[in-house]
Amino acid sequence: MKVDILYFAWVRERVGLSQESYQTSAATVADLIAELVTRDEGYAAAFADLSAICVAVDQELSDFAAPLADCREVAFFPPMTGG
Amino acid sequence: MSARVQEAAFDAAAEAAAFQSAVTQSGAVVSFTGVVRDDTGSLDYMFIEHYPGMTLAALEKFADQARVKFGLEKVLVIHRYGRLQSGEAIMMVVTAARHRKDAFAGADYLMDYLKSRAPFWKKEVSQGSATWVAAKDQDEAALAEWSPNSAAKES
Repeated sequence: MKVDILYFAWVRERVGLSQESYQTSAATVADLIAELVTRDEGYAAAFADLSAICVAVDQELSDFAAPLADCREVAFFPPMTGG
Repeated sequence: MSARVQEAAFDAAAEAAAFQSAVTQSGAVVSFTGVVRDDTGSLDYMFIEHYPGMTLAALEKFADQARVKFGLEKVLVIHRYGRLQSGEAIMMVVTAARHRKDAFAGADYLMDYLKSRAPFWKKEVSQGSATWVAAKDQDEAALAEWSPNSAAKES
């Protein structure tokens, strides 16, 4: 399956991309992260501390156990700092 | 439409006045404006990144939640992104309710959600070096107090 992966703030800076289309068979968000961190040092650095990573699946805040079946867009970012 | 996400500056006083003039059944209007702060006197600018596909829908959802939870007649949320200078308004929340407690609580609730659940990220650029603002534990704790299992803030 092909998913669009988006990165924001320092996650984006460490990965070195704001968005990519990615072919994966990962069943969950956690599985997807496990694939990504093996790709290069940037991904490994971005996902080194998972307690500092938030995820949205199809633009809804989600968690690492969330299934990816039929999902189109996954976004990774640090804890939000609005307001 | 009760939320706006924009790069351009807004006039908080004019927004509050327009909001109030459209209110018909409320005896209380509360407005809060968040302003870029320069604690060290060395801030070049603040940069706010956001998630364009998600931000507006998230703000609309929080506004709706606040409207229902506190019986608000009207809600407005404005949040900016992009490059902001010290002293500029970042965001604004306005609530209208029959009585002040609900108007204040609705604004407070919205602020807690905007701080920790709206997809914005602040970066401070000072003397050429950039630092992402870290999320605060106290903001997360404030949000948790609105959950049904918490006795705090519910009177």
